Amino acid sequence: MDAVYRALVDIVGSDYVSVQPEDLFTYSKDLGTSEPGKPDYVAAPKTTGAVSRILKLANEHKTPVIPLGGGMSLAGLALPLKGGIILDLKRMDRILELNEKGRYVVVEAGASHGKLTSYLHKHAPRLMHSEPGAPPAATIGGNLAIHGQGDLAHPYGFNSDMIAGMEVVLPTGEICRIGSCAMGEKWYTLHPLPDLSLFLGWNGSTGIITKVSLKLYPCKKIREMDIFCVEDENLVPEILYELTHAGMAGDLVAMSSKLPPYSDRLHMISIALSEDSRQEMEFKRQILFDTHLAKYIREGTGGISMAGRDVERPMVSKASDWKKGGGFEYVGAILPVTDYPECYRRGAAISAAHDIPYTVLGRVIGAGHAMMFSWSYAFNRADEQSIAQARKALHETDDLVMELGGTIWKPAVYGQKLLLEKMDANTLQMMKKVKTMLDPNAIMNPGHWEVD
Amino acid sequence: MHTLHFDENKCLACEARDCLTRCRYMNMDAQGAAAELKKLIAGEDSPVLHDCITCYACEEYCPMGNHPFYLIVSRQEALGISPLPSPLVRQGIQMGIPFRGEPEIEKVDGLALNMGVFSGLSHLISGKLFENVTPISTDSRKMFHYFCQLMYLHYGKVSVINERLEGVMEAISAHDADAVVHFHDECYGTYTSYAPAFGMAVPFKSIHLFEFLHDRLTELAGEIHPLGFRVAYQRPCSSRLSPDKHVFVDKIFDMVGVEHVERQYKNEEALCCGSTIMPQKRPDSRRFCLDIQRENIEDMKRAGAELCIFNCPACMQTLWKQITEYGIMPIWMSDLCRMAIGEKPA
Repeated sequence: MDAVYRALVDIVGSDYVSVQPEDLFTYSKDLGTSEPGKPDYVAAPKTTGAVSRILKLANEHKTPVIPLGGGMSLAGLALPLKGGIILDLKRMDRILELNEKGRYVVVEAGASHGKLTSYLHKHAPRLMHSEPGAPPAATIGGNLAIHGQGDLAHPYGFNSDMIAGMEVVLPTGEICRIGSCAMGEKWYTLHPLPDLSLFLGWNGSTGIITKVSLKLYPCKKIREMDIFCVEDENLVPEILYELTHAGMAGDLVAMSSKLPPYSDRLHMISIALSEDSRQEMEFKRQILFDTHLAKYIREGTGGISMAGRDVERPMVSKASDWKKGGGFEYVGAILPVTDYPECYRRGAAISAAHDIPYTVLGRVIGAGHAMMFSWSYAFNRADEQSIAQARKALHETDDLVMELGGTIWKPAVYGQKLLLEKMDANTLQMMKKVKTMLDPNAIMNPGHWEVD
Repeated sequence: MHTLHFDENKCLACEARDCLTRCRYMNMDAQGAAAELKKLIAGEDSPVLHDCITCYACEEYCPMGNHPFYLIVSRQEALGISPLPSPLVRQGIQMGIPFRGEPEIEKVDGLALNMGVFSGLSHLISGKLFENVTPISTDSRKMFHYFCQLMYLHYGKVSVINERLEGVMEAISAHDADAVVHFHDECYGTYTSYAPAFGMAVPFKSIHLFEFLHDRLTELAGEIHPLGFRVAYQRPCSSRLSPDKHVFVDKIFDMVGVEHVERQYKNEEALCCGSTIMPQKRPDSRRFCLDIQRENIEDMKRAGAELCIFNCPACMQTLWKQITEYGIMPIWMSDLCRMAIGEKPA
C-alpha cells in the first residue's frame, strides 16, 4: 500500500479508508447523467481535526480532495474528475448545540437534513429549519456548498442565507470559524464582522465546511398545502406577485408537467400554509383566496385545485418514473419570477424535441426576488442512448438559461463553463485570486469552478 | 352519440317540482321552479345552471323518476356554463386519461369487486367480509381504465362521460364476472342510473357495496358483536343516484349494533361534503363550502355522534380532518363492518 493510504489509515483508522475496487466503483458514480470519475481513495473522517490532517496530507502529495455529503447530487458535483481522495463526511453528523430561545442549532456538516428534522421534532417541536426538496439523507454541509434552497425559501431566501456561523477547514488545513463563533462559543450570527463567506456555492473547491450554525424558524402546529391552478402560464408571475404581497405562505412553488396527464399544460401553484390554530389558517386563506386570488376564480381563469392537503415537497424526483429505467437529472437556474412563462414554454419544447415528458418547476425565493427553476429530464439508466439524449437536453437547457440571462444553480461542469465564459472579467479574476490564495496546490475538487 | 332520455312531458306535468323546490341550495317556490324547468327543457339559460352546486340531490327528489340533474348538467355543457374555473375542468378531464399501459384482464370466477379509481384503498377490502369476491382495478397504474367518469357531472361535462364510458364498461366486462360489486356509490350509480339514462347498454350486473356488506353480515351473523357506538353517516352525492340502496345503511347499522343518530342533515336532507363546492367559481363559494361543512359537523356533534361513517373517498378526504378536530372519529363503512365481526379496521 502507498504512503497516502497508510497516512489515511493513521488519521481515520483502517475501517474508514478504502481502496477496494467495489468501494471506488460506488463512489465513482452519482445518480445523474455524468460520466463516472474514479477516486483513488475513500476516507471517512470523524472529526474536524482529521479533515485538517487529511488536507495537509493531500497538499504534501498534491492529491485532489473531493468532499462528499449525502451523495445526492445529480450533476456530478462530487465526482472525482482527476482522481484523488473522496472525503465522505457523513460520519461527522453530530448535533452539537441547540439554542431554542435563540433559534439556532449547531451541527456537524455531515448531519443529514432528515436527522435534524427528527431531532427538532423530538427536542424542539416549535422550531424547524428549511429542508430542501432532496431526500432526507442530503447533508446540511453539502446543501450549503451548493447554495441550496428549501421549503422556507419564500419567507427567508436560500438555505445559505439562513446560517449564523460556520467552521471550515481551508484547503491548506487551517481550521477557521466564520461569524460570532470566531470570537467565542456563541454561534448566533455571521454579522457584522467582515464578510468571509468564501465557501458557499463553491462546490467544496475553496474549503470544507465542517460545522454550521443554522437559523431555526417557528414550526406551527398545523402545516398544510393548497394548490391554485391556472391554464395560462402568463398569469403565474402576477399570481405569485399577489401571493408574495400577502406574504402568508411558507413555500410557493409553480409546477407543470406532462405526466401525470392531469398537470399537462396546467400550472399548479402550491401554497404552503402553517399556523397554530384553525382560525389563523382560515384568516390566511381568506386573505389569499377571497381577496388576492378572488378575481381569477370569478373570471374562471384560476381555481383552488386542492385545499388543506398534507405538505409535500416538490416532486421533481417523480420525473424519474416517466421513463423506463428510473433515471432523472435536472438543470436548476435562478431567474426573475417574470421569466416563468418563457421558462415553461422553452423547457417544454426542449423536452418535446428529445421525447422526454417535460417537468418544469419554479420555487419562489424571498418575496418574489427570484425563482429557482428546474427542468427535469428522465432517462433509462440501462440505455446509453437514453442517457446521452437526456444529457443533450440538459446542455440545451443550460444554454437556454444563459440565453435568458439566468444563473445556473449548482451547475455541472458544462454549466460552470458557460457561466465562467459569460462572467465579468474582473469578477472572474477575483474568483481566481481567491481560489489561488486559498488553494495554492489546486487540490480542492479540481475541475470545478476552474478559472484559466 | 348518447343523449339523455328525459321525459319532458312527465316533467311539465309534475306539480311538485321537488327537484328545485326542495333544493337546499336554491331558494325557489313551485311557480319559479316551473318557469325555470321550462327554460331548462327548452335549452335556454336559467339561474339554475349557474347556482347548481352539483350535489345530485334532485335526482332523488324527482317524484317522476326523470333525471333533472342529468338535464341540468347537459344544459350547462350545451350552453358553456361551467360550474368550475376552466383550469380545473381541464385538470379534471386530463386526470381520467390512462397513461401507464393496458390493464391485465383476468377472468373472475364469481363476484368481482371493482375498486374503480380507488385502487389505493384496496387495503380496505380484506378480511372475511371480502373472502368471496375477486378485486379488480387494484393497480394504481391501470386504475383509470376502470374510472367510471361520473365525476364529470360536477364539471358540466356529460360529453366526457359519454365518450369514455363504453370503454370503461368494456374493461370491467372483460373480467367476465357473474356480477360486479362496486366499491364506490359513484360507480354503482354510473352503471345503474347514468348509463341507462343515456341509452347505454351495461354488459354486467352491478351490486351496491352496502347490499353486499349486508348480505355478508347476514352470512356471518353468528360472529357479530354489537359495537354500541352512536354514529352519523356522511351520505355522498352519488348515493342520490341509487336511493333504493340507501336503506342498507340503516340495515347495516342495525346489524352491527350502532345507533344512527337523529340529526337535521340525515338521509334525504344530507349535506354535501363540500369537495365540489369549494373550487366553484361562484362568488364566496369557498366560504359557503366551509359554512356547510361546519353546519354539517356541528349537527353530527350535537346529535352525539362518536363516529362518522364514510363510503365515498372524496367525502372522507374532504372531511376527515375537520371531523377529527370535532372529536368524532371518521371510519369507513367496510371497517365498521369488520370491527363488528371482530376484525381490526384496515
